[in-house]
Amino acid sequence: MIRFEDVTKQYPSQTRPALESITVEIEKGEFVFLVGASGSGKSTFLRLVLREERAGSGQIHVAGKDLSRLSHWKIPAFRRQIGTVFQDFRLLPNKTVRQNVAFALEVIGKPRSQVDRVVPEVLDLVQLDGKYDRMPDELSGGEQQRVAIARAFVNRPMILIADEPTGNLDPTTSVGIMKLLDRINRTGTTVVMATHDAAIVDQMRKRVIELEGGKLVRDQSRGVYGYAR
Amino acid sequence: MRARLILSEVAIGLRRNLTMTVALVITFAVSLSLFGMALMVRAQVDTMKDYWYDKVQVSIFLCGKSSDSASCAGGAVTQAQRDQIRTDLESLRPLVEQVYYETSAQAYQRFQEQFKDSPIAANASPDALPESFRVKLSDPTQYAVIATAFAGRPGVDSVVDQRQLLDRFFSVLGGLQLGALVIAIVMIFVTALLIANTMRVAAFSRRRETSIMRLVGASDFYIQMPFLLEAAIGAAIGAGIAGLAMVAFKRWVIDGFLAPTFQFTAFIGWETVVGILPVLLLTGVVLAMVTALITLRKYLRV
Ligand SMILES: Nc1ncnc2c1ncn2[C@@H]1O[C@H](COP(=O)(O)OP(=O)(O)O)[C@@H](O)[C@H]1O
Ligand SMILES: [Mg+2]
Repeated sequence: MIRFEDVTKQYPSQTRPALESITVEIEKGEFVFLVGASGSGKSTFLRLVLREERAGSGQIHVAGKDLSRLSHWKIPAFRRQIGTVFQDFRLLPNKTVRQNVAFALEVIGKPRSQVDRVVPEVLDLVQLDGKYDRMPDELSGGEQQRVAIARAFVNRPMILIADEPTGNLDPTTSVGIMKLLDRINRTGTTVVMATHDAAIVDQMRKRVIELEGGKLVRDQSRGVYGYAR
Repeated sequence: MRARLILSEVAIGLRRNLTMTVALVITFAVSLSLFGMALMVRAQVDTMKDYWYDKVQVSIFLCGKSSDSASCAGGAVTQAQRDQIRTDLESLRPLVEQVYYETSAQAYQRFQEQFKDSPIAANASPDALPESFRVKLSDPTQYAVIATAFAGRPGVDSVVDQRQLLDRFFSVLGGLQLGALVIAIVMIFVTALLIANTMRVAAFSRRRETSIMRLVGASDFYIQMPFLLEAAIGAAIGAGIAGLAMVAFKRWVIDGFLAPTFQFTAFIGWETVVGILPVLLLTGVVLAMVTALITLRKYLRV
């Protein structure tokens, strides 16, 4: 589903590559934690998967596409297969919960009938029933992240990317979010989650890929957070 | 394509950047007005050329009592010379289309009428205005034929081609035309810069929406459409205002003041003004869309 072959990425302004010689493969349906100190290259890895950034060298294949050959106009269709969740939720403050989720479908031209059918389904899945018409600032952090996850998942992507989704949440709320991501993973969606929340990683016992200074230092199935140090 | 959604995005955008939108509309109104003016000046000069070139004549001034050119050494023109000139002119048909003889008294009368309210009229005397043959040519550029045939002949004081006088006049007007065009082009350039800046601000103020659109896989077209429409609507409103200015100018300045005051020339008609309106709209909208598109490619790239 995601394959990196000797991928190096250096930002123009930096002297050191953000990612260096990364080779890794993530299969369809896997749940993978991407761990490492801040600045180790986790977000860069995810941006490469999304084709928000391009690799300096090496090959990246995502959902059967060679990203170095993906032409500009095909990027939107490619991104429709990937859902994305961030630490800061990134909801639109002037839209209700329902509108925020519907927005993701509307802007890719889905018909109204489909939007009206699918949005409540996914809001039920993330257990936000009864709060459809709230504004984001009337929700708790955990609830806001559920809306963001609903938005990322509403188009039934093959891959869900989460960049520190629990970074702004307290531990109890985080557990709820992890359960939700686990449920989404069980529908067959590949989940890649960057985090430095050791408790969560230790608890979930999923595959762990660790980055350090842009290098892959550990790739362990059913891993824990702090094994390598 | 969800028209309703896009339109609501446009409405949000126009409202959110109200001051920018107003600035954009005003700039469009001003620059398109100037552009329209340039087009009107151009059409006006063409109209005058048609009107005047159609009326130009070659004048063959005959010697009077007080003429002092070499060919008038023999004194005032004689009847025989006059008849000979007329016969020679007749033989030059069809190049010579019309021949009209004007006596000194008629010239004086015409002069008095033309300068009714001016002190020049009072000072002129009939003797100062020579008699002449007014010759209308079927091809006004063939002036030289008349000049070689009549200039310097006894009894002929001078041969004057009005077209040459007009050409000098029109070369001044040509400068005016060019000036108007340059101003219009500069204004259009300024407008383009303002559109670019407006789009930059608009893209920035809606970066939250557009970044989410990008993430969920909205196409460039979909992301940029609200911005393009915003620019196009601003341009259309500006063009509308400029159009009203053109119509008002024609109604009150040209028809209400210029035409009655300067009756010696023709002025552009309504069909010219009406013809300019779609040009303004098209220029405005195309300029807005193209500039916006170029700017947005930079700021809203997927
Ligand atoms: N847009 C960028 N431009 C330049 N350097 C960047 C950019 N994004 C990240 N970096 C650098 O790349 C390295 C990895 O950053 P990042 O991928 O954000 O790490 P993490 O998500 O693990 O904290 C850091 O040194 C960071 O400063
Ligand atoms: Mg990061």
